Amino acid sequence: MTQRPLLTVDDLWVRFPGRNGPVEAVRGIGFEVGREKVGIVGESGSGKTLTGRAILRLVPRPGQVTARRLEFDGIDLLGISERGIRRIRGRRISMVMQDPKFSLNPVMPVGKQIAEAYRAHFPASEREARERALDMLAAVRIRDPRRVYDLHPHEVSGGMGQRVMIAMMLIPEPDLLIADEPTSALDVTVQLKVLAILDDLVTQRGMGLILISHDLPLVASFCDRLLIMYGGRILETCRAAELHAARHPYTRGLLESLPRIDRPVRELATLERDPAWRDAPPG
Amino acid sequence: MTIARVRAWLLAEAPASRAQARLSRTYLGFAALARNPLTVVGLVIVTALVLVAALAPWLATHSPYDQDLDRRLRPPDDAHRFGTDQLGRDILSRVVYGARVTLAIVVLVAVIVGPIGLAVGTVAGYFGGWVDAVLMRVTDTFMAFPRLILALAFVAVLGPGIVNAILAIAITAWPPYARIARAETLTERGSDFIAAIRLQGASPLRVLCGHIVPLCVSSLIVRITLDMAGVILVAAGLGFLGLGARPPQPEWGAMVSEGRQFLLDQWWIATIPGAAIFLVSLGFNLLGDGLRDVLDPKAR
Amino acid sequence: MSARAGGTMIEVDRLSVTFGRGRVALEAVREVSFRVEAGAAFGLVGESGAGKTSVLRALAGLVTDWRGHMAIAGTALGRRRDRGFYKLVQMVFQDPYGSLHPRHTVDRILAEPVAIHELDDAEGRIRRALDTVGLGPAFRFRYPHQLSGGERQRVAIARALILEPRVLLLDEPTSSLDVSVQAEILNLLMRLRVERGLTYLLVTHNLAVVAHMCDRLAVMNAGRVVEELTVDDLRARRPRRPYTRQLLQASLGYDREAAAQLETFD
Repeated sequence: MTQRPLLTVDDLWVRFPGRNGPVEAVRGIGFEVGREKVGIVGESGSGKTLTGRAILRLVPRPGQVTARRLEFDGIDLLGISERGIRRIRGRRISMVMQDPKFSLNPVMPVGKQIAEAYRAHFPASEREARERALDMLAAVRIRDPRRVYDLHPHEVSGGMGQRVMIAMMLIPEPDLLIADEPTSALDVTVQLKVLAILDDLVTQRGMGLILISHDLPLVASFCDRLLIMYGGRILETCRAAELHAARHPYTRGLLESLPRIDRPVRELATLERDPAWRDAPPG
Repeated sequence: MTIARVRAWLLAEAPASRAQARLSRTYLGFAALARNPLTVVGLVIVTALVLVAALAPWLATHSPYDQDLDRRLRPPDDAHRFGTDQLGRDILSRVVYGARVTLAIVVLVAVIVGPIGLAVGTVAGYFGGWVDAVLMRVTDTFMAFPRLILALAFVAVLGPGIVNAILAIAITAWPPYARIARAETLTERGSDFIAAIRLQGASPLRVLCGHIVPLCVSSLIVRITLDMAGVILVAAGLGFLGLGARPPQPEWGAMVSEGRQFLLDQWWIATIPGAAIFLVSLGFNLLGDGLRDVLDPKAR
Repeated sequence: MSARAGGTMIEVDRLSVTFGRGRVALEAVREVSFRVEAGAAFGLVGESGAGKTSVLRALAGLVTDWRGHMAIAGTALGRRRDRGFYKLVQMVFQDPYGSLHPRHTVDRILAEPVAIHELDDAEGRIRRALDTVGLGPAFRFRYPHQLSGGERQRVAIARALILEPRVLLLDEPTSSLDVSVQAEILNLLMRLRVERGLTYLLVTHNLAVVAHMCDRLAVMNAGRVVEELTVDDLRARRPRRPYTRQLLQASLGYDREAAAQLETFD
């Protein structure tokens, strides 16, 4: 990366109060994201989702976020006011989540929601916003934008709903997109189509993308760089192309415990969890 | 066996017997209840009601029925802590014995409406089809009865009395519980664990009693507890109208009614039993709220 | 029900399952046929809505609105199932969080089938069942919310095996589990099949899991069987139908060119 990174994270912690002391879900991680596709991979409880939310200050109360540095394009994300972060959300950093059923307003036509997302960030008339929304629907390769514009979320399939979500999140033309398990609820062929759309849009617009997922092979085949998280820490970072040469035993363990079509084994290698991994340097 | 050891046993990660597991859950439930101070207040009030009712003969200073016309309408003093009513009866003793009547009403209504509502609701929800339709129409019919009119009808037919008041209340109170139970059953009916037990050859009776009912019981307990406040007020209202307890029975509502005409000068005759009604209703409300917080969002 | 050793254990012939009536009727399964030999593992693969779970549920007797012919161990299945069936066929469900009763301890969950079928030595059976799935006695009196996803699925497997069935119907048994836990459960299932000579019918959307667990598979789409093939053919990239080829390609990971060539089928 020759330019300044879009996002700089240094010593990020996310803590929740618990009965026997604070629960530390994210423990002092640090990384940078430029105009590239970065994948954050981990199992449940690894802290990957909270990392994504912490960037946009969307960690639910009573969680607390602290960091030495959480900077986006020179802006201190933790230091700015509530108004300031609202201006960033959607306009400069956007987020796509797993299930469009839960992130789209069920009583409003999807096209209208996209248009609203546009008008929330740019002064525009209703007609202008509608035109933009239709353009965006075409950009996510929906074949009949005018018809889909008027549909409600329950009337569209999972893959289409997710594409609507992407349209809504990309219409303000953000610089960074955080996608939290965007394709986990989709069929495998639809997954590929949606990822291809993300791929093209991100490349065309020179955006940065953070893809959070539990699916290591998928993220490895899609992203440029990978961060492997476990127990709130980053255990390993590597270029996606070099995943097969990963060194950390957890990463290797994950890779070897996956069944593979092209590599028959009698018994899958099981992961021996080493408690020392939780005490690894934050990375 | 120190407290600490008992506690450790109850909180054990790996219980070693069925009894231990069940006690552990009960203990955790109580601990969760105790976390909310308002709930504790409610629990204390309800417990106090039970204790007062149980220990009435020892707590009362006089007999609730003894009349002494020389000492009528006395304000609260050392001999009569809450004063006397228009027939010279000690109000403290009447309130204390009245707790028994109130408790009896509460318990009897709960014991009647709970099982009936549960049975009707779960059967209707589980079997669906015409069973559901018939049972729900029956439920609707009972729900349509206006409570006070029904009580009047009972009194006309069977004569006044606490038992008839209880019956009138219970008969009109069970339909909402049937609906709650049915709604819960419909939600759980399609669960995998129900499919699993059916796949092991369980009969519908076993599924209903062992699997569906335990899931419905929590919301029912919460709802009944919250409704107890209303039941007490209705019973008091019936007593007030002369439809519940017959004189000289010390029922709080009847006492309020009798004290109406003396309200301005001898306020204690109506106000003290009224305060008791208020306190106990409040207690059940607080307890019910706390129970809901504890029982409903259990990790499912 | 007698079981012919080495014969056909599961027979499904032109099975159709419909949900709903009239205008909103949905044909979830359309004339599906396949056979599974005793001791074999057969995969039913497809994307969501393909109808594979409906086939499983019809076999289990959880769905009554079906047409066609089904047989287990040579005996035809009717609308209802009897006790003998449940001792022969059991099912493991997808969601370990939903397949165990939240208010029952593990002990109760395992004791109940034993009680229903009035088998002897409940104590011994429960202990052996837990042992078989690798859970120690410490788990016996816990409640489901005190167990992890993998532990719950083990309990579900123990429950399925405690009646000593010959056939296990597996509905996406590892889809809801973390990757590392999935490996343990798959290994467990494979070991059990070999040890007990069980017949598996495995429903999943994950081709890699099918390739690992099964000998043969049928690919379903929109209620029909598109193709039946052996796992060897799958691994050698020899599927005949374009839908299967597409599914296989998509399962190998993200590929920009491949994504461009994806068509929509039916």
